[in-house]
Amino acid sequence: MQKLATTKRAGRQSVIMDKGTALLYPATVAGPKESLGPLSTFFDRHCKDNIMNEKSFEKAECHMMEEACHLSLSKAGLTPEEVDYFIAGDLLNQIISASYCSRRLSIPYYGIYGACSTLTESMALGSKMIEGGFARHILVATSSHNCSAERQYRYPTEYGHQNPGYSQWTVTGAGALLLGAAGDGPRVESITTGKVVDAEIKDPFALGTAMAPAAADTIYNHFVDLERDPSYYNLIVTGDLGAMGKKLNEDILARNGFNIAPLYTDCGVMIYYPHQKVNAGGSGCACSALVFLGYFYKKMLDRELRRVLLVATGALHSPTSVMQGESIPAVAHAVSLEI
Amino acid sequence: MIYSSPDKGAHFLVDRRWVSEWTGFKHPRPPVFKNAVSAFLFGGLVCLLGQLVLELFLSLGMPQQQAGNPTVAIFIFAAALLTGLGVFDSIAQVAGAGVAIPVTGFANSVTAMAIEFRREGLVQGTASKMFALAGPVIVFGVVTAFVIGIISAIL
Repeated sequence: MQKLATTKRAGRQSVIMDKGTALLYPATVAGPKESLGPLSTFFDRHCKDNIMNEKSFEKAECHMMEEACHLSLSKAGLTPEEVDYFIAGDLLNQIISASYCSRRLSIPYYGIYGACSTLTESMALGSKMIEGGFARHILVATSSHNCSAERQYRYPTEYGHQNPGYSQWTVTGAGALLLGAAGDGPRVESITTGKVVDAEIKDPFALGTAMAPAAADTIYNHFVDLERDPSYYNLIVTGDLGAMGKKLNEDILARNGFNIAPLYTDCGVMIYYPHQKVNAGGSGCACSALVFLGYFYKKMLDRELRRVLLVATGALHSPTSVMQGESIPAVAHAVSLEI
Repeated sequence: MIYSSPDKGAHFLVDRRWVSEWTGFKHPRPPVFKNAVSAFLFGGLVCLLGQLVLELFLSLGMPQQQAGNPTVAIFIFAAALLTGLGVFDSIAQVAGAGVAIPVTGFANSVTAMAIEFRREGLVQGTASKMFALAGPVIVFGVVTAFVIGIISAIL
């Protein structure tokens, strides 16, 4: 086998960027419930209702993603023709929000599915393409919608049932971000690609718990591959583990010798107030997109945070696999950001 | 330190059994007593209202055997209306089995599906998906009635 002619690889799962890709001009569109949450002022656009004058929730989700993409492009002063690739994904079957959004953008498109890990998956892939010299500007986007996700994964929206205390609320919103070789913004310094981890949890309401072992696995391997300690970072932030998953992630890493608790938070825990009745917190692609692109990005620009490890986590089940008694596999991708 | 699982071939930081024990220990348990009390109260309230409506029909001179059907119809209509107005799911989060067991729960599951799939069309959406949640009630209701019917015919 030909030896890999690069020194960019570190350990089994990680790569280190030479130049580092800059994260530029994030744009966030938040749903009505998210607009009432504690981070509301950090989002660019706020939707008054769930349907946004569209004919269906799926169309509304697509609309939000388009709005986020156009907002990011207009902040950058770029036209779609100046963007080399569009990498996007969402939660719906056949990732329709992303694909239907891209049909009017006319940018060469890669559709990806990583469930709620889409944000870091697209950032990781885009960064590698820019680092490799295959693109100058890449637009990445992701979205989720409470009503379209609920109906696909669980029950119709108006069906009356009692959610267990560990359940999470799918975030309505969309986020878009421009990746570029140069520019003023946090840079992707290294990437750890996650393996699929299955903790054999079968309850589709316990997604945070199902995803936490994957997050712990990726964070553990990130530290091992790059010979780092949690204290290297100002902040470690996971995508949408919620209160339960956050605790499980901390506990697993503590058992394996890494105490991340003092500098660790989770987007799902931050996006809603406790009185918004979301049980264990938020979930969905837009959860990490809104909280990271809206809130933490600004904290990094203000140099309040200089080194952040962003780990978005995705549960890779489908309603069919759950009905057939399969457990819920999960994946998490980590990107290390520096400014 | 790293647990290797032979069945699915992946390295894993912790034993799966440890995760399931953790889940059993740390997951918030459903407040069974509180849920049971509120289900009892809400269920009782639904039945009380039902009795009042039934009495109303009886006082209008309807015979006992016929008065049941319009009473049930009124509750189906009320549950469907509340589902359409988007408040039934909020009531059910508190009331639980108190509104799920009476005919209100059946009406809610049918209406919720009918509304949800209206956008896929009237025939292939609403009409075909309407009983996807409530269907088992009909199937097992009919099967049970059949079995009981056979048993009572033999005895």
